[in-house]
Amino acid sequence: MRRLGSFAYDFVVGDDPLVAVLVVVAIAGAWLLQRSGVNAWWGVPAVVVAALALSIRRAARPHG
Amino acid sequence: MTAISLLLATFVASAVEAVEAFTIVLALGVTRGWRSTLLGVAAALAVLAVIVAVLGPAVTSIPIGWLRVVVGGLLLVFGLQWLRKAILRAGGYKALHDEEATFREERAAAQAAPRADAGVDPYAFTVAFKGVLLEGLEVAFIVVTFGANHGSVPLAAAGALAAIVAVVVAGIALRAPLAAVPENTLKFAVGLLLTTFGTFWAAEGAGVDWPGGDAALLLLLAFYTAVALGLVRLISAQPTAAAS
Repeated sequence: MRRLGSFAYDFVVGDDPLVAVLVVVAIAGAWLLQRSGVNAWWGVPAVVVAALALSIRRAARPHG
Repeated sequence: MTAISLLLATFVASAVEAVEAFTIVLALGVTRGWRSTLLGVAAALAVLAVIVAVLGPAVTSIPIGWLRVVVGGLLLVFGLQWLRKAILRAGGYKALHDEEATFREERAAAQAAPRADAGVDPYAFTVAFKGVLLEGLEVAFIVVTFGANHGSVPLAAAGALAAIVAVVVAGIALRAPLAAVPENTLKFAVGLLLTTFGTFWAAEGAGVDWPGGDAALLLLLAFYTAVALGLVRLISAQPTAAAS
């Protein structure tokens, strides 16, 4: 069961869990803003781009 | 999402995975014999068919709002994983996929593994089963998520099946790994597609109204493509880029 859970985690989340966390934050933020009457269509793409850039920066950090 | 874009998205995503699975199967078949290899392939395909048959209706029965948030969110996380790897690959921080090299490695491993005296060859069966199942799981995930959001898992499955058939036919005709397929470019494109659709559905599920409706998909795709290519340029310019 633990192996299955670990496989599912690796399968969906992969190498950088920060990306998954930021995606959840982005969706929750869009939902909260929408509940307050703000149509934040720009919110999720903005967080996605920030998450991607951050993740790439961490992975491609110069060695040494 | 139109039926054609659903078919196209599942076709491209599935073709990439099918090329990888085909290389493993071909290396096993020519080295260890076809009987046990094809048994492994058949067993893996049966498991994948059950997964899609069970998960498809289960996911489709979720109310559309929740479906879009959950499935869109999962697709977005999954797509970003693909896109991240594709950007690192294009920037020189991750080794490019090379089907010829994979074929040589799989063939060498298959030649070195001990052989059974008679009956089913456990090595060929297990490696073929695992290879097809692991590559196929990504296809199954894409088929279920795209199909459920579009309201037609069978149509998404048809796109995937068409890709598998096309790859197998091309592979049989060539009798060689499909190294000419621009696999790394296709993976980049699939990462962009998954991220685009994942963003669209997840935000829509959270209650967002996209300006322009479905047309926003094209703008999102263009935006993510520009960002991804910009990131590739940025990391390629770094002096310590090296394939790992």
